[in-house]
This record gives sequence, structure tokens and C-alpha cells, in this order.
Amino acid sequence: MLGVVDYGAGNLRSVETALRHLGVDFHVSSRPEDLRSADRLVVPGVGEARAAMGALRKSGLDSALWEFFRSGRPLLGVCIGCQIIFESSEERSTACLGFLPGTVRRFPALPGLKVPHMGWNNVSWSAAHPLFAGLESGCYFYFVHSYYPEPAPGSPALAECEYGLRFAAAVERDNLAAVQFHPEKSGPQGLRLLANFVAWKP
Amino acid sequence: MLAKRIIVCLDVRDGRTTKGIRFRDNIDVGDPVAMARLYYEEGADELVFYDITASAERRKIFLEVVERVAEVIFVPFSVGGGIATTADMRRVLLAGAEKISVNSQAVRRPELIEEGASRFGSQCVVLGMDAARDPEMPSGYRVFIDGGRTPTSLDALAWARRGESLGAGEIVLNSIDADGTRDGYELVLTRMISESVGVPVVASGGAGRPEHLAEVFAEAAADAALIASMVHFGTHTIRSIKAYLSGQGIAVRPPA
Repeated sequence: MLGVVDYGAGNLRSVETALRHLGVDFHVSSRPEDLRSADRLVVPGVGEARAAMGALRKSGLDSALWEFFRSGRPLLGVCIGCQIIFESSEERSTACLGFLPGTVRRFPALPGLKVPHMGWNNVSWSAAHPLFAGLESGCYFYFVHSYYPEPAPGSPALAECEYGLRFAAAVERDNLAAVQFHPEKSGPQGLRLLANFVAWKP
Repeated sequence: MLAKRIIVCLDVRDGRTTKGIRFRDNIDVGDPVAMARLYYEEGADELVFYDITASAERRKIFLEVVERVAEVIFVPFSVGGGIATTADMRRVLLAGAEKISVNSQAVRRPELIEEGASRFGSQCVVLGMDAARDPEMPSGYRVFIDGGRTPTSLDALAWARRGESLGAGEIVLNSIDADGTRDGYELVLTRMISESVGVPVVASGGAGRPEHLAEVFAEAAADAALIASMVHFGTHTIRSIKAYLSGQGIAVRPPA
């Protein structure tokens, strides 16, 4: 069964609703032992990196996520879930999980560049991936964030988006995929991406 | 490129959608859940629901509407009306909304913005403000509360900046002078506020034709535009508005 990790980072309801709409059998849990039995995981969340990491550590979910990642089962990070998989975040100088080399930075203060980056922006694939099956490169997804992932050199993005600068809108490594946008709030395209994750066999 | 957002506004009373003309004479235009689904399918980028029910017992009906909406649309939506505490915010977030819009209660107690932002994040907290022209104010616009009925001592520009510094992640700026006229958005006000704050500004009040949206995006730096009656009465569709804007060279998310 698909597991949705509840670590107190914002509202999980929209992810649950989207999965229910897709007819996916899932359970939501904050307990490490429940993650062990899941066959795939979604790590959703909105909010703030330090609070998110604090909650993961406190509940022992950080090591359970590492164990899950190493097991080879499919793992999807969404928004904050796409940030805490890097080594660190500039958001209150937070050490993160480190599944991927790189860091998470705040959007630069540029004239006319509003932060948060809020709304629909087009996302271009940098490489093919089963997550993008049936979706066209350049289609729109819904974003709301003030920080963006910056993979280390040599660790390319899976998809990119332009907002003041080009940033990684999606990243992957083996059985891990993560998106900075919110597929659960990105209309039919977003639902398709979630369905693709549910069908993904890395 | 970040698309300009088209946000459909639904005023809900007793579980039904209404559309006020200059905040008065509300007429019933339909079932909010069915309308939300239609607008979602037509390509609305976002929706906003305002609870214009006064009493506490009717509030429950409104929250049920929010829950049902959350089941059928997969784009963001915000909820406003009568939000006075973080407990109120939590209730609408749990019912499935992404954002909470505060207005009169934030004027009465500005810490409400700060409390909401620190508990749920700035991206969740929208400052709604109603402003009208007033030459006595430094910016030329005064803030009103209670659905535009009660004048305050606040200057619109100063209040927008204060709201941002308190942690609001977005501002919905409604022009009382333009609201309900269908003669177009208040471009001077919208541009002034949008260029003075670092968070997105949603223009509201006065939309009657697709040209009005083109104007507010191209000439007034709005990040998003609120529409209501122009689609509620079937005069225009989201699809036709987006086709028009796209033809004018404005980046919009194409409908599915």
C-alpha cells in the first residue's frame, strides 16, 4: 500500500484527496513502523524546512526514510518534501536528509521578482522519466515556495523552471523522484503525474 | 514563465453562491460545488470562496461546502470571511482550502496576520483589503472594512506594506469604486500597490470584459485577477477569456 508521510508539515488533505480521486489505496501515518510496510511513499508538505526536519528527527522518521530510500522502493517528495532530501537548506540554515548532493536556496531579491514564487509556471523536462509519461515538456504546474533546490554540480535536474533564474523543478536519483511544484493542485496534468508515480517501477 | 492567474470568486451565503453588486442586493446564482467543478474543468487557475454568512451556526454549512469543493477541484483555493483567530484558519485549512483570506479582522487586530503566518506559513495567509479613493489619504486611497461599509483611518498603501511585513504571502486588493461596475479594474490603485510590495497582488473589482483583464495585467502589474459575474452569468467563459489574453501576448495557463 502507498504511504503518505505525516510529519506535521502543513495540510495533507489535498494530497489525500488527489490520491482518493485516482482510486489509490493509501494510508497516512507519522509512525516509522508504518513506513516500513509501505510499498511506495509520498513525502508531501508545505511549510518551513527547519520545522519539517525537526519533526522528522523527533519522530524517528528521518532514519525510517533513509531505510526506505535504500530499500529501492519508489519515493516521491513534493514541495518541502523536494527540499529536505538535499544536504542542507538556507532556510534557517537547516541540515537536511542528504539523499541528493546539493542545497536549497532562497530566491534572490531582484526588482519585480515577487517571493513566494506563487502560481502556474511551465516546467521543461531535462531528461525523460516515467513520471512524465503522457505529459508534454513545458506544461504548467502550480508552485508556491520561497526556496528552490540547487543540486550539486554533476547532479543534473530532471526538469527545470524559470523564475528570476533557472532552477530544478524536479530531481531524481534511482528510486527517488521529487518535484518542487504541487501535482495535487496542478489540475489534470498534476493528477497524471501522481498516477505515473503510482505506476512507477524503478 | 509564470502565468497570470485567473481566479474565480464565489460569494457563499447559506450554502449558495451569490454575487453582490457594490456589496448590496445579493442575488443567487447557484450551487457553489457545481460551479467550482465547472470552473475547474474550464481552466480556472484558482478559486476563492467568501463566507458572507453572518451567524455562527450557518458557518458549519459553509465549511461543508468547502469540504465538498476540496473533493472535486484540483487547483488551489482560498477561503475568506469572518476569519478572526488561528483556530478559524485551522478549520478552513482542514476542510481543504490552501489559503485563508483575512480582511476586517486583520485591521482590528493586525497580529492575526503574524499568528497565521507563523503557524501555517506566509503562503497560507492572504490579506484581503477593500479600498476606495479618498484624496485626504497619503496614497489617495482609504481602507474600508465590514464588506466595504465601514471606513478606517488606514491608508491603503501603508496597510498593504504593513500586511506584507506582518507575513501576508499575497494581497487581494478590491476596489470599492470599481466593484460591481463591470467597467474595468482600478488600474491606478492596483499598479501602485503591486509595485510597492514584494508579494503577489490579486486585482479585484470591476471586471466585465476580457479586455479588463488584459489591462490590469499589462498596465497595472497585477499578478492575478479576480472575476465573478462575468463568468457566473455565462457572459464569458474561462476558456474564452484565456484565449483572448493569450492572443494579446499575455502568458496564461492553457485550459486542458
